[in-house]
Amino acid sequence: MSKSSTLMSMFRRSPLKSLQEHMRVVMECVREVPPLFDALIDGDKEKFASIKDKIFQHEAAADKIKNEMRAGLPKSLFMPVDRRDLLEILQLQDSIADTAQDIAGLLMERPMEVPETLKEPMVKLVRRCVDVCDQSSKIIEELDELLEMGFRGREASQVEEMVDVLNRIEDETDELGIDLTRRLFAQEEDMNPVSVIMWYRLIQWIGDLADYAEKVGDRLRLLTAQ
Amino acid sequence: MDIITVYGTAFLVMAIIFGTYMCWGIGANDVANAMGTSVGSGAITVMQAIIIAAIFEFAGAFLAGGHVTATIRKGIIDPTPIMNNPELLVYGMLAALLAAGIWLMIASSRGWPVSTTHSIVGAIVGFTMAGIGVDAVQWGKITQIVASWVVSPVLGGTIAFLLMISIRKLILNTDKPFLNAKKWGPAYVFLVGFIISLVTMFKGLKHLKLELSVGMSFVLAVVVGLIIAAIGWALINKVKVDETADRDFHFASVEKVFTPMMLFTACAMAFAHGSNDVANGIGPLAAVVSIVQTGGEVAQKAALPIWVLLLGGAGIVVGLATMGYRVMKTIGTKITELTPSRGYCATLAAATTVVLASRTGLPVSTTHIAVGAVIGVGLARGVGAIDLRVIGSIVLSWIVTLPIGGVLAALFFFTFKGIFG
Repeated sequence: MSKSSTLMSMFRRSPLKSLQEHMRVVMECVREVPPLFDALIDGDKEKFASIKDKIFQHEAAADKIKNEMRAGLPKSLFMPVDRRDLLEILQLQDSIADTAQDIAGLLMERPMEVPETLKEPMVKLVRRCVDVCDQSSKIIEELDELLEMGFRGREASQVEEMVDVLNRIEDETDELGIDLTRRLFAQEEDMNPVSVIMWYRLIQWIGDLADYAEKVGDRLRLLTAQ
Repeated sequence: MDIITVYGTAFLVMAIIFGTYMCWGIGANDVANAMGTSVGSGAITVMQAIIIAAIFEFAGAFLAGGHVTATIRKGIIDPTPIMNNPELLVYGMLAALLAAGIWLMIASSRGWPVSTTHSIVGAIVGFTMAGIGVDAVQWGKITQIVASWVVSPVLGGTIAFLLMISIRKLILNTDKPFLNAKKWGPAYVFLVGFIISLVTMFKGLKHLKLELSVGMSFVLAVVVGLIIAAIGWALINKVKVDETADRDFHFASVEKVFTPMMLFTACAMAFAHGSNDVANGIGPLAAVVSIVQTGGEVAQKAALPIWVLLLGGAGIVVGLATMGYRVMKTIGTKITELTPSRGYCATLAAATTVVLASRTGLPVSTTHIAVGAVIGVGLARGVGAIDLRVIGSIVLSWIVTLPIGGVLAALFFFTFKGIFG
């Protein structure tokens, strides 16, 4: 029991604020992915390396916040949201940053040239996936407004609409991903087989960025279920 | 009878010293809990809290402290077994004050949460059981009191919950929350003034010889409520929309409207706390005064002397001004999880419950009620994270404080008996 009054020791750092803080850092990480691919396509090895470093740093920072948040969530906390839901959202958010790190890491270890026909659709896919993450982060920013309203009412309806938009954009990225994969397999004969598999893996990962972001939004639907 | 005549003055002096010390302790330690929600939400500064507390704790003690004081003074012990030995009651009350005061000092210095109410009630029951007899305790009254210790936090929580729901419905969950906040704000301020006045002045203030019929009480309460609502309206009108803050948090400006409203609930809470807790110090004092001044009459039919109330109020204020300041500084003025609208609900709910208890003469723990109120807000999904381990520490303090208060008081009782005969 702290020396300050009994009453005030009841109040703990809101996990919702920590969740928002974590998402902001994850977004800083993800926003480096389009420039990463630009550098890759331009063949700028130095720029690529420096962006890859930035991604790694942001991912480490996100991990730190994640661990702090987990440490600050004892079972004795009474919250307007289920503890498990919070931890799941946290994990999904963190997976976005982890995936960005995987992408940067793989391209660093196995430098590959982007095939000509794949350049434009790949850039398009990357940007659209980051859009999905952006929308997801906007939804997470609404958490304090949701709290103000008790996760009901107008704010909840507004958030649901935002999640609808999120689902739509994610569907687009699914299409773009399939298109890109089709183009990849169309020219697999002319490519190093290992590279084909690596590119396939990378396209999956880029799509995962959007997938995880969508899952975050879907979890929020659960929170606002009326 | 002889003992009273011989040592009367000594008893009086001791009672005044111990009683004032107890009140000083209440001001130094307990007021922080009463003002906590107001300071923590950032609505008032620590300095403002001290000033508000100084004025309204005193007012609450003086205007509304009579009923609980009567309970502590003569409601817990059956006077018949000690008719012929009034000095036993004197020893006991002195012992109770000393025990409660020392326990308060020990616990506070270690940062343990302690209820001044539980301490004194436990002490009184303790010395009565040990020194006079188990049958001398009015067990019916004690059952009522203990029941109120359980019911009052629940009541506080329920009121807070309902207030939150109403605020969501009328203000937050609307098209124009800011405008609705300005529209309904004065009504919520009216509520503060009305409730406190009504409960306090219902059927009059006996010790101030003010008689009021039920109807008059209502009318007076409405008038007070309207006056306070008018002041609130003036303050609320000054609040302007803060566009930059709103971009970060859409409801920032709405919350700003609640800040002046919290000024009033802070006053209400200080008033309520004073009305209930002053009795912990002056109840026993009043008992001793009555016995000494009547030369040994135990029935205590005499009215509560005004100077005792004044002394109690002053003691609380001095305790607040000397040490309470330091304790309040540790609260932290910006617990961001406690926004003004939440603070308003929790504080008004707690103040209402305490003042109701004071009116019905039931000594309750202000801190426990405040905790109940905050949990009520949490149940309405209004607070980010509440650590329920605080409930564990409260239960622990029950288990520890009641027996320790009782045992200490019994010890001192026998000490006094040994000294004075």
